[in-house]
Amino acid sequence: MSDYLRLENVSKTFGGIRAVNDVSFALKQGEIVGLIGPNGAGKTTLVNVITGVHPASLGRVIFQGEEVTRQKPFQAARRGLARTFQIVQPFPEMTVLDNVAAGALFGGSPEGLAEAREHAHRHLAFVGLDPIADQPAASLTLPNRKRLELAKSLAMNPKVLMLDEVNAGLNTGEIDTALDLIRRISERGITILLIEHLMKVVMSVSQRLLVLHHGALIAEGEPQKVVNDQHVVEAYLGEKFAKRLKEMGHA
Amino acid sequence: MRAAKVLLFVAWIAVLAATPFFADNNIVRTAIMLAMYSVLAYSWNFIGGFTGYPSFATAAFFGLGCYAGAIVEHAGVPMALAWIAATVFVALFAAVLGAIVLRLRGHYFAIGSIAIVEVCRLVVSSWSSLTGGGNGLNVPLLMWHPNTVAMFFLYVMLGLLAIVFAITVFVDNHRLGFGLKCIRQNEDAADMVGVNTTRYKVIAFVLSAFLCGTAGAVYASWVGYIDPTDSFQILLTVKVPVMTLLGGAGTVLGPAIGTAAFVVLEEFFWANFLSWNRAILGLIIVFLIFFLPGGLLNTSFRRVVRRLRGRESAGASA
Repeated sequence: MSDYLRLENVSKTFGGIRAVNDVSFALKQGEIVGLIGPNGAGKTTLVNVITGVHPASLGRVIFQGEEVTRQKPFQAARRGLARTFQIVQPFPEMTVLDNVAAGALFGGSPEGLAEAREHAHRHLAFVGLDPIADQPAASLTLPNRKRLELAKSLAMNPKVLMLDEVNAGLNTGEIDTALDLIRRISERGITILLIEHLMKVVMSVSQRLLVLHHGALIAEGEPQKVVNDQHVVEAYLGEKFAKRLKEMGHA
Repeated sequence: MRAAKVLLFVAWIAVLAATPFFADNNIVRTAIMLAMYSVLAYSWNFIGGFTGYPSFATAAFFGLGCYAGAIVEHAGVPMALAWIAATVFVALFAAVLGAIVLRLRGHYFAIGSIAIVEVCRLVVSSWSSLTGGGNGLNVPLLMWHPNTVAMFFLYVMLGLLAIVFAITVFVDNHRLGFGLKCIRQNEDAADMVGVNTTRYKVIAFVLSAFLCGTAGAVYASWVGYIDPTDSFQILLTVKVPVMTLLGGAGTVLGPAIGTAAFVVLEEFFWANFLSWNRAILGLIIVFLIFFLPGGLLNTSFRRVVRRLRGRESAGASA
């Protein structure tokens, strides 16, 4: 299968700060790829570059053979590049149902409001929020807001789904439910880019890992191999502790 | 529910339309003003209510409409064509301007939109060769019986009101309205779900402007004389949002109810407290912010009554 979404030498600078530095990678259809890296590594910036919130300063973003580097966020949404936010972004006064319907109406295929609401019910049932479809979004608990975010992006009929820390702040049981959802979404043929802090989550579902450090891609490949990579361990623990860990391991 | 709202509105139009047959000239004049302010309030509702952008540019659109209509009519163009010309001019003006000022958000947008009114007023009062400057401009008067003239302008204004109401009902039930509500609640998220926020905001801004232009041109024909201070009143730019907020911003009936409540109160205060009426406008604004932040339509009166009862019973038991 050919590359679905490809980044070629993408850089993003904010003034003198290089938040993303010469990153290249490709995603294939239907795979789950984990994107990890310490705080401030540039993971969210990378998603912002892909979705056109902060267009790349250098390099190209190619989606389904089409260059989309300069696209606007709403164009990204309509092309099928959906994302969730690390800090959830609901429409607070609307009902849960209408939040999801907004995704279907504008991001999905153009259709009437009634049809969009019908679709929304299906996606809400999928993430388990259908019983509270008529509540205002502002009244939801954090785990439910994360699920709402997920349903909203699913309603947009995405081809690539970028999940920015959907599991942050959830407890173990809630994470298992979320992981199950992620697997089921992937089974539909949707490519998933999973941005995550929790190693347990990343290791258990990702087929491939990308590691970002100071804006640069420092490792890529199979999860087990990547987490034992010298550079990756150093990035997370610092050189000194990495060395100590290695000595302990060999001792 | 929607049918009920439309019926209520039609009944209201019918009441206003019937005033020449049973009431004196003063009431008919008030009815014309009421219809005109309702048009302005419904127009503002698109940008300030649905989209949540606090625009204070209403007076600019109204004033430009006054002048565009008056200048064109002065040049010998028939009245109805002059009104259409003013409408088109103001719509284009709003489209060009909207693409620029809608990049601002919140307070910055509000201040930017006030600046538009002032700049328009200054340009109009300085450009004497075209606008007559501070001397104002005379518009050819209709040579009919005064009662017929009043009736004619009442029906024109009511016609505009019916148009703006029809657009409101359409937008409210259409993806445009849904998208505008998304923008109001969370613009970044709206962008992310695929709403073309720039385009939607410009459309809302044009909708909020073009009928203000028509109303301005009709007003100019009605009163027969306009000048910069009367056409670009900063007070108008405050009054119109207050009317909409009083009734309930972003609702279908709110602007009509708010305008009616406001105009009736204003007439009452003008008549009884001539030197205090602006101070009273200030008090209404303060009252509104503290006690009816959602407007008359969005307030749960049942809850207010329950709270009052609760307080009474608590007082009784104490």
